[in-house]
Amino acid sequence: MLEPFFRWCESTLVGRAIADSVWAFPILEAVHLLGLCLLGGALLVVDLRMLGVGLTGQPVSQLARHARPWLIAALIVMVATGIPLFLSEAIKAYYNTSFWVKMSTLPVALVFTFGVRERVARSEGMEPGPRCKVIGAVSLALWFTVAAAGRWIGFS
Amino acid sequence: MIERFLEWLGETPWSIALLESLYAWPLVESTHVLTLGLFVGATIMMDLRLTGLAFRNVPVQSFTGRLLPWTHAGFIIMTVTGLLLFYSQPLRYYHNVFFRVKVLVMIAAGINAFVFHRGAHRRASEWGDDAIPPRAARIAGTVSLTAWALVVVTGRLIAYNWFDCDIQPQPGWVNWLAGCEAVTE
Repeated sequence: MLEPFFRWCESTLVGRAIADSVWAFPILEAVHLLGLCLLGGALLVVDLRMLGVGLTGQPVSQLARHARPWLIAALIVMVATGIPLFLSEAIKAYYNTSFWVKMSTLPVALVFTFGVRERVARSEGMEPGPRCKVIGAVSLALWFTVAAAGRWIGFS
Repeated sequence: MIERFLEWLGETPWSIALLESLYAWPLVESTHVLTLGLFVGATIMMDLRLTGLAFRNVPVQSFTGRLLPWTHAGFIIMTVTGLLLFYSQPLRYYHNVFFRVKVLVMIAAGINAFVFHRGAHRRASEWGDDAIPPRAARIAGTVSLTAWALVVVTGRLIAYNWFDCDIQPQPGWVNWLAGCEAVTE
């Protein structure tokens, strides 16, 4: 049902231009990876703190507030490079299980991060409770799945 | 000398098995890439603090004391998986332009970290609470951010054979950088 849409994606001007270029895909991929580094850092500082390790000298709420703009910046870089990467190989993505695992976990991770994790992190101080630890662990697991499935798109 | 050794290394049964494996190589490579989020991610956070761009009211000693063990753990995983990947195709990587630039930049990043820890960081008790750290720390943070970004980009580009010795003709400086004269001799 969605296949015609994926075919259209790949036929777009942007999709064609990237697929026809030698450098565009590798450069976009490299920037996508830089976004992953920033995303990983911005997530980990807070998730580790929620688990009770890492920067334990600061309250959870303070770290979460500081990390937030960098987390959002990282997500913008990821999406801005991820969409053109997708457009250049949409049909391959359509038949790729890893792609679907990634794309179904991603919205869950986003809603969880900005809906649940953010609210809890804001209300936590120096001693994160069990609820906070569970949320830190779930956040790590969700984003790990997104990243691992994302990497596996290229292998399968 | 090095060529002969790497050629021998690449012909050892484990090297061939790793390169030709259906899952081992992709798993090692994926671990290498995903650990970027831990190692480079944590490094970026500390560098942003050193440049005064983020976490301004978190003491620098919190980063160098409590986050650094996580960075080190990430570094160990990166090194082990990276060496394994090199072991799977030693001669190819040795003559890969991007690999060579990556190694040089990593050495530069290492020297930068060493200089910072031996220098400005020793007096961190005096300035660690400052929103904007002193010049030496800001420079160390900026150099580190730039260097690791270059390492990530060149690392990703190792996968492409554009400048490999068996793809000719190339400009002279590319062949020089890739050390191709030893191959064509």
